[in-house]
Amino acid sequence: MIGQSVQRLEDKPLLLGQGAFVADVSFPDEVHLRVVRSEVAQGLILDVDVSAAREAHGVVGVWTGEDLAAVPLIDFRQIGYDELLMHRQPVLARRSVRYVGEPLAIVVAADPYLAEDIAELVSVDIEPTESEPVEAMVLESGYGSIDEAFAAADCVVELNLEIGRHSGVPMETRGLLARPNPESKLLELYGVSKVPHYNCAAIASMLNLDPESVVGLEGHVGGGFGIRGELYPEDVLVAWAACLLQRPVKWIEDRREHFVAANHSRDQRHRVRAAADGSGMIMAIDDEFWCDQGAYVRTHGATVPSLTAAMLPGPYVIPSYRSCAHILMTNKTPAGTYRAPGRFEATFVCERVVEAVARELDLDPVTVRRRNLIPSSAMPFDRKLSALGIPIVLDSGDYEQLLQRLVDHISLDDLTIDLERRRASGELVGLGLGLFVEKSGLGPYEDVRMTVQHDGSVEVVTGVASVGQGVETAIAQICASYLDMDYRDVTVVHGQTDRISRGMGAFASRVTVMAGSATYLATAAIKEEARRLAAEMLEANMEDLEYRNGSIGVRGNPDKDISLGDISAAAESGLSAEASFTTEHMTYPYGGHAAVVKVDPETGEVTIERYVVAYDVGRAVNPMLIEGQIQGGAAQGVGGALLEEFQYDESGQPLVTSFMDYLMPTAAETPLVEVLLSEDAPSPLNPLGVKGAGEGGTNACGAALATAVEQAIGRPGAVTELPMTPARVRSMLNNS
Amino acid sequence: MTSDGRPLTLTVNKQQHHVHVEPRRTLADTLRDDCGLTGTHLGCEQGVCGACTVLVDGDPVRSCLMFAVQAEDTEIETVEGLAGDDLELHPLQEAFSAHHALQCGFCTPGFLMLAAGILNHQPDIADDELRIALSSNLCRCTGYQTIIEAVRSVRDQT
Repeated sequence: MIGQSVQRLEDKPLLLGQGAFVADVSFPDEVHLRVVRSEVAQGLILDVDVSAAREAHGVVGVWTGEDLAAVPLIDFRQIGYDELLMHRQPVLARRSVRYVGEPLAIVVAADPYLAEDIAELVSVDIEPTESEPVEAMVLESGYGSIDEAFAAADCVVELNLEIGRHSGVPMETRGLLARPNPESKLLELYGVSKVPHYNCAAIASMLNLDPESVVGLEGHVGGGFGIRGELYPEDVLVAWAACLLQRPVKWIEDRREHFVAANHSRDQRHRVRAAADGSGMIMAIDDEFWCDQGAYVRTHGATVPSLTAAMLPGPYVIPSYRSCAHILMTNKTPAGTYRAPGRFEATFVCERVVEAVARELDLDPVTVRRRNLIPSSAMPFDRKLSALGIPIVLDSGDYEQLLQRLVDHISLDDLTIDLERRRASGELVGLGLGLFVEKSGLGPYEDVRMTVQHDGSVEVVTGVASVGQGVETAIAQICASYLDMDYRDVTVVHGQTDRISRGMGAFASRVTVMAGSATYLATAAIKEEARRLAAEMLEANMEDLEYRNGSIGVRGNPDKDISLGDISAAAESGLSAEASFTTEHMTYPYGGHAAVVKVDPETGEVTIERYVVAYDVGRAVNPMLIEGQIQGGAAQGVGGALLEEFQYDESGQPLVTSFMDYLMPTAAETPLVEVLLSEDAPSPLNPLGVKGAGEGGTNACGAALATAVEQAIGRPGAVTELPMTPARVRSMLNNS
Repeated sequence: MTSDGRPLTLTVNKQQHHVHVEPRRTLADTLRDDCGLTGTHLGCEQGVCGACTVLVDGDPVRSCLMFAVQAEDTEIETVEGLAGDDLELHPLQEAFSAHHALQCGFCTPGFLMLAAGILNHQPDIADDELRIALSSNLCRCTGYQTIIEAVRSVRDQT
C-alpha cells in the first residue's frame, strides 16, 4: 500500500462540482464585507469620509481604522525579532498608509455587488509623502574562516544577482466566512487553512474572545503555496464584524485585491563572493543580500531571509561561509513565504557561483559540482547553521549518486555533443543543471486520534491541514498499510479545530513526515489496545494474542481470531487510540534539475525543450502524488524563472493587477517534467523514513534555466537577474 | 439580491431555473448564487483564468464575462451536468482522477467544461492543437501535463 500510486480519495466531490470551497459555503442571513484599500503607496491619512456610504441603500455598516483602534497589530507566527515589531501591520490603517492595497475601511452590505458599490462611496483623502527604503534589521550567520580562505584562494569570483518579486497566486483567491453560531455560541470560521489552530487562537486573542469559542472548519482549499492561510488583516476584520453584528459575515477576495493584498515573495538582491582552489573546490562563500520585505513584516517574521542564509550552501561542503541579510522596508505589498522560500533564491545564487568558478578555472561544471558535494560518508552532516531556529543537521543523503542518476538519465555526454552541433548550425540551444538540498518535516509535534468503527472502517483525526496536495490519500495509505485494510475505508479528518485540541498545520513540507509518522504510531497503539480488549473478550492472556491481518488472534490457533471492527463493536467505549510524533530536527530531501532550452533570437522567448527533476524523498508513500507535486512545483519555478514578476512604477503603483499582467505558465509554455524519484536515503529521523516532497520541483528552476539560457545565447555568465523575460533575454542578445 | 432585478429563465443542465436578477449580474454569479450550482468557480473575474468556464449552446464560455440576461434562451451546461443521474462519473471525470489531473480541484470544473467543449467540436483534435486549446485555462497545481494526458485519453477512447 505504501509505495503504490493509488487514486485519490479527494477527487470525486471535486470532479462532480460538489466542492466546499469557502465561497461555496453560505448561510441565509449572511452579509458581505468589502475592503476599502489605499490607492496611494505612501502617505498621511487626512480623512476617511464614510458619511455617504453609511446612508447608502443596503448598507449594514461601515467602519474605519478609528473604530478598530483597540485591535492589536498582527503578530509574527514564525521567527520574530524585536527589531521587526514596529513593522507589524494593523488590521486597518489609521494615520498613514504604506502600500497600494492597504486596508483603510470596511463596508458590510446585504449583497456583494452592493458592498462593492458602497465601498466606492467612501471618500479617502491621503497626502502622498516621499519614501526611501528603510533597513529594519541585519541578520548575520556563518562559520569557518572567510578571510583566510580568500587570502589563500587560487580563484575568486564576485557576482551581483537579483531574483524578482513573484508569489504563489493560487487559483482560489482568499476568503473567510465568520458565523456566530446562535446555538453553540461559538464563532465558526470557514475558509481557514494551512494553520487553522494557530489562526483561531490568534483571532481569539486579538478580539478578546475565549480561545475555546473560536472554531476553524476547513473546507476545500484551492491551493496554498505558502501564501494562503497565514493570518491577514482581512481575517481579523471579518471575525470582528461577525462578532459585532452577530450575523455571518462573508468576504471573498477578488483577483485584483489578491495581487496587491496577499503576500508577495522572493525579491532579493545578492552580492556574493566565492574563493576556490585550483581544483575547483570552493573554500568559502561570502554572501550579502537585501530582501525587499515590502511595507510590513507579516506573520512570517524573518523566515525567508533566515532560510535563504541557512540553505545557500546547498549540497556542497563549503568549509567557510558568511551571510549578511538586510531586511528592507519599502512601499510594496508585504512579502512572505512562497514554495521553496529562500531556497529558490539561494540555489540560484549558489549554482551561479559554481558555474562562475568552473568558468574561471576552465573546468567542467559537473566535475566542479562532484568535487564539492558532501560525501554520503559524512552523513549526518552538521551544517553549523540554523534554519527556523533549528540547527541544520543533514540527516541522510547520497548526493553523488543522485547527480550520477541525473547525468545518466539525460545522457549528458551525448546531449552536450548534440547541443554543440545544433549551436554550430545556428540554433540558440543550451543545457543547465541545478543541484539543491531541501528541508522538510518541521516539528515539533503532530497528533493523531484513530478510531476503529464497528464496520472495521477507520477514522483518523489529525491536526494538519490540506491545501489540495492529497493529504487524505497519503495518510489513509499509511494507516491502511499498517492495519492491513483498504485505504478507501479510512476517513481522514483535517483542519477541524473542534475535533482535536492542537495541530501545527500544513506548511514546510511537513504533513506526511509529521502526521504520517503520528498515524503510523497510532496504528501500533490501536493494535496494542485491540489486544488488550480482545484479551478481556476472549478471556486470554495478552501475551497469547497477536495482531494478524486486521484481526487479533490466538497464537498457534489460526482459526481463532476477532476483527478490529468486532472488537470495537463489543467494547464498551469502542476501539480508539491516540499518538503524537515529536521531533527536534527537520529532514533534508535533495535533488537536481536539468533543463534544455531553445531561445528565439527574434523575440527572446525561451522554450523549454526538456525538463528533468531528480528528487530523493527517502520513501515515497504515493509516487503519483509526489510526481504531481514535482511537476506542479516545477511549473511554478519555471514561471518564476521566466515569466512572473510583480513590477511597480516609481511612485509605488503596482503594474500587475490582473492575469493579463501577471503571466503564469499555461499548458502552452509548461514543459513535460520527467521525474526521477529516488529512495536512496530514507530519513533516520522518523519511523517511515519519509521526507517531504512539496518543494523540490520549484527549488532549482531558476538555477538550471539560468545556465541553460546563457549557454543557448553563447554568453556564459550573462544571466544575473530573474525572471528571464523575453525583453531581458533580448537585451542580453543585443549586448553580445 | 437587490430589488431592481428582472425575472429570467435559464436552462441549465436541461433544467429550468426561474431567477430574478439585475442586468449587471454575471452568469457565473447567477449560476452560483441564484441557481445554487457552486461547481462553477470564480478565479479572476477578469476573463483570463477560465475557472468559470461553462458551455453555452455547446461552446466553452467564460461565465464571469457574460451577463445572465445574455444567456436567456440558451442551453447552459455546467460541471454538475457532466455526471450521470446516479453520479456515475463522465469519462472526462474518470480520466482526470486516473491521470491525477487535479490537486486542489479549484480549476477542475473549468478544465472539464473546456475539455468537453473542445471534444464536442473536434473529437479528433491533434495533440499540438489540444495543448494550445487547453492553454485557455490556468491551473496552479498540476503543471498541466496530467490534464493534457487525461483529455487525450478520452479523445482516444472514441
